[in-house]
Amino acid sequence: MSVPSPKAFAAPWEAQVFALVVSLQEAGLFTWAEWTDRLGREIRPADGPERAADYSAWLATLETILAERGVAAAESVAVRTEAFLRAAAATPHGQSIRLENDPLYRP
Amino acid sequence: MSHDHAHDHSHGSDLSPVEARVRALESLLTEKGYVDPATLDALVELYETKVGPHAGARVVARAWVDPNYRTRLLSDATPAIAELGIGGRGGEHMVVVANTPETHNLVVCTLCSCYPWPVLGLPPVWYKAPPYRARAVIDPRGVLAEFGVTIPETTRITVWDSTAETRYMVLPMRPANTEGFSEEALAALVSRDAMIGTGLPGAIPPEMPA
Repeated sequence: MSVPSPKAFAAPWEAQVFALVVSLQEAGLFTWAEWTDRLGREIRPADGPERAADYSAWLATLETILAERGVAAAESVAVRTEAFLRAAAATPHGQSIRLENDPLYRP
Repeated sequence: MSHDHAHDHSHGSDLSPVEARVRALESLLTEKGYVDPATLDALVELYETKVGPHAGARVVARAWVDPNYRTRLLSDATPAIAELGIGGRGGEHMVVVANTPETHNLVVCTLCSCYPWPVLGLPPVWYKAPPYRARAVIDPRGVLAEFGVTIPETTRITVWDSTAETRYMVLPMRPANTEGFSEEALAALVSRDAMIGTGLPGAIPPEMPA
């Protein structure tokens, strides 16, 4: 028998979130202790049951930290998200989705 | 995202809201110089293809065949693991706890999902979920039963809570009848779950039937 090799990520976006967090931690934006503290709070909302510490919780935690540190405000993340959704809708299936494909894109 | 559906894609591409958010963050952070796409790709490749429980299995097998190594591993795990060329982020302060006939060890992170990445890779979904986080502490024997692991009533179960600073790994007991086994053959008996404490060496976890 051989050791099973579990899949690290269930979807590419999970891998991207993981890589962003590791990269920013190594750039010194936060320590791992700060990260686990914030993640621990994120998955324990005051108004609901405890959640999994999965990559969607990582994403929410990362957005909170970036907004607090003034690195990326929630507003600019929302604007850029909308731009990517428009870009996707304008990108023929099978081609890579680029921000430039957003009909409202201005360099 | 399956591709076996028949609806028309000619008008555009699918991007879920969460995928769009992640792309937005990555593009903003790249523009501001906080991250480098090539570094991100390298990180993903590393954790998808290189880092995983096969590393921890090598540590366990070495400890089974080399009593001096076992002593070093249990007294100061991080440098002992580094002797095998294993280490790095998520494993800065490792503690290895040995199973014995008297004590079975089980690892959890009650806060979130702290896990010894260099030896075990990234944690499985159940490790990060509230039921395991809560029940590993209050009902470890019940949790083990769900994993198909039965520990004798006379064996004490000790639960270790990993944190960002200290991350635990279990050194399971060497299975019987493996006297002639090579280190490599021994390593092949060591599953991820055996090193978390939710499995035993040579046992096939219920989530991965043979």
